[in-house]
Amino acid sequence: MILDRRKAKGLSRIGSRAAYGMTLFELAPEYDDLMVVTADTSTSAGLDRFRNTFPEKYVDVGIAEQNAMGVAAGLASEGMTVALSTFAPFQTMRCCEQIKVNLGYMKHKVVFTGLASGVVLGTLGYTHCCIEDMAVMRAIPNITVLSPADCGETAKAVEAALNHHQSVYIRLTGGSPNPPVYTEDYDFEIGKAVKLREGSDVGIIATGTMVHPALKAAEILAEDGIDAAVINMHTIKPIDTDTVKELSESTKLIATVEEHSLIGGLGSAVAEAKAPLRNAPPQIMMGISDSYDKAGDYGDILEHYGLTAEHIADKVKADYSSL
Amino acid sequence: MANREQDIEHITAMAARMRRHILDMALEAGAHSSHFGGGLSVVDITATLFGAIMNIKPDNPEWDGRDRFILSKGHGCLGYYTALHEAGYLSHDELMTFEKTDSFLYGHPVMNRAKGIEFSSGSLGMGMSLGTGVAIAAKRRGQDHRCFVIIGDGESNEGSNWEAAMAAPHHKLDNLVIILDRNRHQQTGSNAEILDVGDAGEKFRAFGWHVEEIDGHDTGALYDMLSARRSDGKPLAVVANTIKGKGFSFSEDDNSWHHKILTKAQYEAAIVELDGAGDAA
Repeated sequence: MILDRRKAKGLSRIGSRAAYGMTLFELAPEYDDLMVVTADTSTSAGLDRFRNTFPEKYVDVGIAEQNAMGVAAGLASEGMTVALSTFAPFQTMRCCEQIKVNLGYMKHKVVFTGLASGVVLGTLGYTHCCIEDMAVMRAIPNITVLSPADCGETAKAVEAALNHHQSVYIRLTGGSPNPPVYTEDYDFEIGKAVKLREGSDVGIIATGTMVHPALKAAEILAEDGIDAAVINMHTIKPIDTDTVKELSESTKLIATVEEHSLIGGLGSAVAEAKAPLRNAPPQIMMGISDSYDKAGDYGDILEHYGLTAEHIADKVKADYSSL
Repeated sequence: MANREQDIEHITAMAARMRRHILDMALEAGAHSSHFGGGLSVVDITATLFGAIMNIKPDNPEWDGRDRFILSKGHGCLGYYTALHEAGYLSHDELMTFEKTDSFLYGHPVMNRAKGIEFSSGSLGMGMSLGTGVAIAAKRRGQDHRCFVIIGDGESNEGSNWEAAMAAPHHKLDNLVIILDRNRHQQTGSNAEILDVGDAGEKFRAFGWHVEEIDGHDTGALYDMLSARRSDGKPLAVVANTIKGKGFSFSEDDNSWHHKILTKAQYEAAIVELDGAGDAA
């Protein structure tokens, strides 16, 4: 999947969910044994064109996520390349034990994608938001966890996941349009973070939708004389320990930013990677506090939890100044 | 079916040998204990499947054309491992490592395709979904093997079974066979006391399945029913009425044998009963 400015813009406009469906549509001819499974969510996943064009590669099992995960694993056990998707809470927690037993324990390989994760569906309430999926999926052995920064990276992540050696959970965040981080091609490698900006004072590690505001925050910080590096940590598991180590040695403060609970996600994964390091810098963790208190408009929720470029810059500046 | 009589004779003798192996394994397991009752209730079913019905090549365990088997009620593994031994997948020495340190034969099956164990199970209510996926794969690829899944009646409490029960007829999976081991008991009591699936056949029928009800210890009846292949688009649900702990007077229909240590004295009494049954036959 080669990215250029036109493609990045087009994908950005349709959002990450539609980018997922479009990517599977484009890749379908390359995989004889591809089987796309949904739980009455073809439209939500941008899969209607796929469903109409490749009915032989498409299975809808209805609104039954436990069965969906079992069926996906059964197909995978027969050697098929399986991509399953539904809304993130149902994709991860409704069928959590099926994920553990079928994908983790038996290692049947399924690419499963959580649609509209984070708080983009805030107006629908927290049943449809997902601030726990990275924490829950990270705890299951033999599952890789990806969190793409934008729609172009979503396309790259889907392709990489289909070719990966084990099951992959892809966490899709953001609305449509979804501002592009990347407008030209780059190397996407599972487990290898991407340094988007060099900096020697602060190391901001962001994932998913938070990469874009993190870059903006770095610009704001630069105006105040604070030199911030920005890392796109698109792989949450396995976490890129080399990058965390390098950043811990080259900066004086680490900041993690995620549209996820502060418990168990990116911040936790980075803290685990930092734990054994000698003289590692302190870490500030930005994300959603341990609550379901603030639902509503997407922008308002992000504002409430301090997940905007301005808030990120303010928080980093305050903590950096008091070092 | 020219070999019908021979096949049934073979299955019946195989089931008797499996019960003997189960005694040996349960005794050998000692304080680790074993799921004795639910293993014995499926023996005649697994003997029928592995002894005659399933198209398998034990010397080529991953042969693509094989019929697939899923023991969804994983605690019934005594009735699975002993069938795999009789079919030629497992040696007697391997069988006797059951539940021992470093053994691959755990108290619930752990996937080991080279040894004929197709899937891991133990967490209830997952086998029907796996079987549905396996059967869809075969349909899409135009393969004609079948997938057999044994579920329990206690296991039928799990809602995920009924998600699969709704999906399989929808996808016209007449290559999928569910056998319900209807022994009327579950971990801490009878189904009637805990949660009864009720008329399971009627429930499957209502979802669009072809349903057969049968004595799950009648190897001839099991053989005849499972030999017949239909192609009407309906998956088959077999309600097999069984007796938990079947084969030994002290364990039949006694739910204390759900998971229990077999003593040497019980073992010896059971051997006498088995030999007596053999003589009577």
